[in-house]
Amino acid sequence: MKSVAEILKEIRPEFDFAASSDFIADGMLDSFDMVTLVAALDKNYSISILGTDIVPENFQNLQTIEALLRKTGAKL
Amino acid sequence: MNFTFHRKRITGVLVVVPENERVFADEMKNFNFPEARSLKLKEVMGFDKRRVVEPGVCVSDLVVFGLQHLFETGALKREEIDALILVTQTPDHFVPPTSSIIQGRLRLKQDMLCLDISQACAGFVIGLMQAFLLLEQESIKKVVLVNADVLSRKASPKDRNIYPLIGDAASIVVVERDPEDSIIHANLKMDGARSGALTIPAGGLRQPSTLETSMLEDVGDNNLRAKDHLYMDGAAIFNFVQTEVPPLLEDLLTRSGVPRDSVDYYLCHQPNRFMLQKLADKMKVPYAKMPNNVVEHFGNNSGVSIPTVIAYDLGPRLLTEQLHVCLAGFGAGLTWSAMLLKLGRLTFNAIIEFK
Repeated sequence: MKSVAEILKEIRPEFDFAASSDFIADGMLDSFDMVTLVAALDKNYSISILGTDIVPENFQNLQTIEALLRKTGAKL
Repeated sequence: MNFTFHRKRITGVLVVVPENERVFADEMKNFNFPEARSLKLKEVMGFDKRRVVEPGVCVSDLVVFGLQHLFETGALKREEIDALILVTQTPDHFVPPTSSIIQGRLRLKQDMLCLDISQACAGFVIGLMQAFLLLEQESIKKVVLVNADVLSRKASPKDRNIYPLIGDAASIVVVERDPEDSIIHANLKMDGARSGALTIPAGGLRQPSTLETSMLEDVGDNNLRAKDHLYMDGAAIFNFVQTEVPPLLEDLLTRSGVPRDSVDYYLCHQPNRFMLQKLADKMKVPYAKMPNNVVEHFGNNSGVSIPTVIAYDLGPRLLTEQLHVCLAGFGAGLTWSAMLLKLGRLTFNAIIEFK
């Protein structure tokens, strides 16, 4: 199983996600990247993130993404 | 708002798509994005092929072509049409109504009603509601409901949010009284306060088209768009659908007393694969019961998408079988609508190419 950081790196290899606390404000993830990320996370963790949870505040940084995954039932 | 209709049915479905096919892989270079990111998007959203009109082709051209096909094949007689409802966001003109243009081009009888309705992706269900209401009149025995749009003509080729998903098409659906004692439940909601999330800002009387409104502007995310072009706040529309549509469907099922599992198909508007999969997950409906493949073959063709899924996914089957289906449309307005009905034993159910 891949880590969230590895999945992010696959989607936007040009960015250092560890150096940012707000991926959206820093322009590292746009709305289409969020869709791609959700599809990858769903597949990787065998879950389905709720459509209503696909909002920027849940994808701000590694901590918020991991909190969303736990809420959705992923085993991290 | 809830509706109940008695003794009404759909008797035929014909979808007209332009023969001109565009392929996402060929168009990727038009967008200011790395190909790898576009390919990931293709996989998730289902972007692949779509049908768009050649320059100059209007809604009435697609509809006249489809109705002539029905007349020539004997599937429909022109003198039988008592009402023609056209649902479109891309009329031929402001004045006159495009339904009247279609009536005139086909020399349909004068003793009939022609009616334009301005609705988009929720427009098939709303058009059906209007057709059912008209059939309460003794003088109206057969209604032709037409949904048609050529929105590719209003999409910026440099806007990745819109351009790769738009398809053009028309559908011609015949609606009549049902000799059986059938009941159809429907509901809809509207929220004009959010209408700015899906709009063409210029070109009407509020902001007429000018040289300035035709100029491409950098609108962020590497997209270029003019005020004359279709604008969609993709994130807002996605959130709207995921928030509003499941409770609408739940309410409809509860009110009609139909268990979720006894519905054979959930035939929804077809914005993209990802949005429909998330809707199915939320509704706990298997993907096989909520088809999501129209966008990859035809593009998002607005109010024609539900007739397209009826014809493409259930074509020959609905000529002999009757299925319990739940329709759901959602889009500009904002508008969201649903309908639960028996669909089948149609006299025709097919897709043809406009040439």
